Amino acid sequence: MNLHEFQAKEVFRKYGIPVGKGAVAETPDQAAEAYTKLESPVAVVKSQIHAGGRGKGTVYEKDLKTVRLQGGVKLVKSAAESKDIASKILGYPLVTKQSGANGRVVRRVYIEVGCDIDRELYLGAVLDRKAGKPVLMASTQGGMEIEEVAHKDPKAIIKEHWDIGYGLQGYQARRVGYALGLSGDTFKQFYKMVMAVTKMFAEKDCTLLEINPLVITKKGDVIALDGKMGIDDRAIELKKQPDLEAMRDVGEEDPTEYEAASYGLNYVSMEGNIGCMVNGAGLAMATMDIIKQAGGAPANFLDVGGGANKDQVKKAFKLLLANPEVKALFINIFGGILRCDILAQGIVDAVKEVDVRIPIVCRLEGTNVEIGREILKSSGLKITAAADMADGARKVIEAAGLKR
Amino acid sequence: MSILVDKNTKIVVQGLTGEAGTVHGNGMLEYGSAVVAGVTPGKGGTQWESKKGVKVPVFNTVEQAVNATGCNASVIFVPGAAAADGVMEAAAAGIPLAVCITEGISIMDEVRLRAFLKEKNTRMIGPNCPGVITPGQTKLGIMPGYIHKPGDIGVVSRSGTLTYEAVWQLSALGYGQSSAVGIGGDPVQGTDFIDVLTLFNQDPGTRAVVMIGEIGGTMEEEAAAWIKANMKKPVVAFIGGQTAPEGKRMGHAGAIIQGGKGTAAAKYEALRAAGVTCVQSPADMGKTMKAVLEGKTA
Repeated sequence: MNLHEFQAKEVFRKYGIPVGKGAVAETPDQAAEAYTKLESPVAVVKSQIHAGGRGKGTVYEKDLKTVRLQGGVKLVKSAAESKDIASKILGYPLVTKQSGANGRVVRRVYIEVGCDIDRELYLGAVLDRKAGKPVLMASTQGGMEIEEVAHKDPKAIIKEHWDIGYGLQGYQARRVGYALGLSGDTFKQFYKMVMAVTKMFAEKDCTLLEINPLVITKKGDVIALDGKMGIDDRAIELKKQPDLEAMRDVGEEDPTEYEAASYGLNYVSMEGNIGCMVNGAGLAMATMDIIKQAGGAPANFLDVGGGANKDQVKKAFKLLLANPEVKALFINIFGGILRCDILAQGIVDAVKEVDVRIPIVCRLEGTNVEIGREILKSSGLKITAAADMADGARKVIEAAGLKR
Repeated sequence: MSILVDKNTKIVVQGLTGEAGTVHGNGMLEYGSAVVAGVTPGKGGTQWESKKGVKVPVFNTVEQAVNATGCNASVIFVPGAAAADGVMEAAAAGIPLAVCITEGISIMDEVRLRAFLKEKNTRMIGPNCPGVITPGQTKLGIMPGYIHKPGDIGVVSRSGTLTYEAVWQLSALGYGQSSAVGIGGDPVQGTDFIDVLTLFNQDPGTRAVVMIGEIGGTMEEEAAAWIKANMKKPVVAFIGGQTAPEGKRMGHAGAIIQGGKGTAAAKYEALRAAGVTCVQSPADMGKTMKAVLEGKTA
């Protein structure tokens, strides 16, 4: 789960991480009001979407062709200007390097006081899977994407792993501060910020945290100018972070994926036309792969899980069929714990109830497979049986009318 | 021969009296595994009875189970919120092998668990895995036992159902398995490919290995470097998620391409460069192993 910048900054404030004063606006009038309340001659109107690269993005008309505004982050110097910029952004898609071609419709802007920037740094933390612990990352090249820095000049990234049991130690924070060339009061402020950031990372179940840029003002103060937080979905599911869960913005999520998750199904939307229903994440990925290799394109990833019941199978069918692009379905089940006979009965019941009008190819293997196949065969439904995965992929592509 | 577990493995099931523990406690006993104890806090002193009437003593703590039964491996079915605690308890009680089946442990708990286990002599398999099986001897986990056959092919995988798929293909072609290990689909795991490949490499009962990776992380690339330097036996590899889009978690918490890293293409490239025979189609894992063993491919 990702947080918006304004939400991340709310959490930052609770940890004493310095951020500029700001307010959220959902209408142009609110944007004007927010500017007035900030009592700052210069403010910044920032689009709030779950994708990076907003400043260099483009706001389009709803047709995604006509440009409304270059840049999703704008400097304003009056309430009228704040209102004008907000009216150009709110309700329209912002396309950035990370947003996908359709962009994201901006539903909120964040108006923040401007600051006198002397230097821009990068500060972030992620989980290092290999080390099995989080790693703090800093660089003097603020404003640049860290992946880009890592690619061009990997030595420019200062890394510090820490043990979440002990917390980041003082010497580690000092090492990073000195490596960035900081001194005096700026160094002290940075030290405090790094301590707070690492504490927050562990306490708030972060998977990603980025302050890019972290700004040193002309007065030498340290400020988090941007804030990005990714939260571990499992911590949310386990109800470990109720305050962050309350910040979840469903509007930024794929509606089908969100609906699937509410039924306990793992679903990811793709752009193809062959619907897939599979048990197990690995087999579901492999099924997409084999469809592609056979010359088709998967419409989705769907893992119904090892213990799917009839109701879940039915809901999975409904989700797959709700996609108008889907021309045929491939059900690929390796019944281990999930017995083939139970699954076959679930499929038959679901197909009868849901009124499926597109071809279905089903590959069943595993526990009680003979009974399962017999159930499908004697159901009178038009379900094509496949001998194995490869056969199934071939047959489903043929059924969809897409010859190899 | 086998790795990690055999017929002498004495199993304690943590969470035996729960729903999953009961289903798979029965499954393990039916396969012939020596399930000698269960642990459920608050239910110590009671007995759990299998469908076929086998009675297993239940203890409040793993330590009590070890003292009373001499169990030397644990299978953990404790729900996500308490599973890391369960593994720590097994490790603290001196159990050398803890197989954590649980899916949905938070990443911070997994990070804590990894640090805790560094100080202990316990190997954790998982979390979020199907477990370990040595066909014909014992199974510690949730895999369907009957698809396996005793033999000399090692299987190691990040995915449960794909392990079954590989085992099924191998068995159908007459190739049994020495052991099959599901290392799990989470981002922070107790045992990685290199650990399992090292064991298979040393095991005289293993002739060749099927390795099943997936997108996300760099474990396959690290394994490739290790294989190049150390592996004496043929390895056949498949990587799931060749069509997965960037930035999307594909079911498993660890299966995600981030910042252009963790792609199937990069993993295949590393494995090929290490002399591993790579399989592009998941339907060809068994066939390819057969070809390799018959000397029909490079």
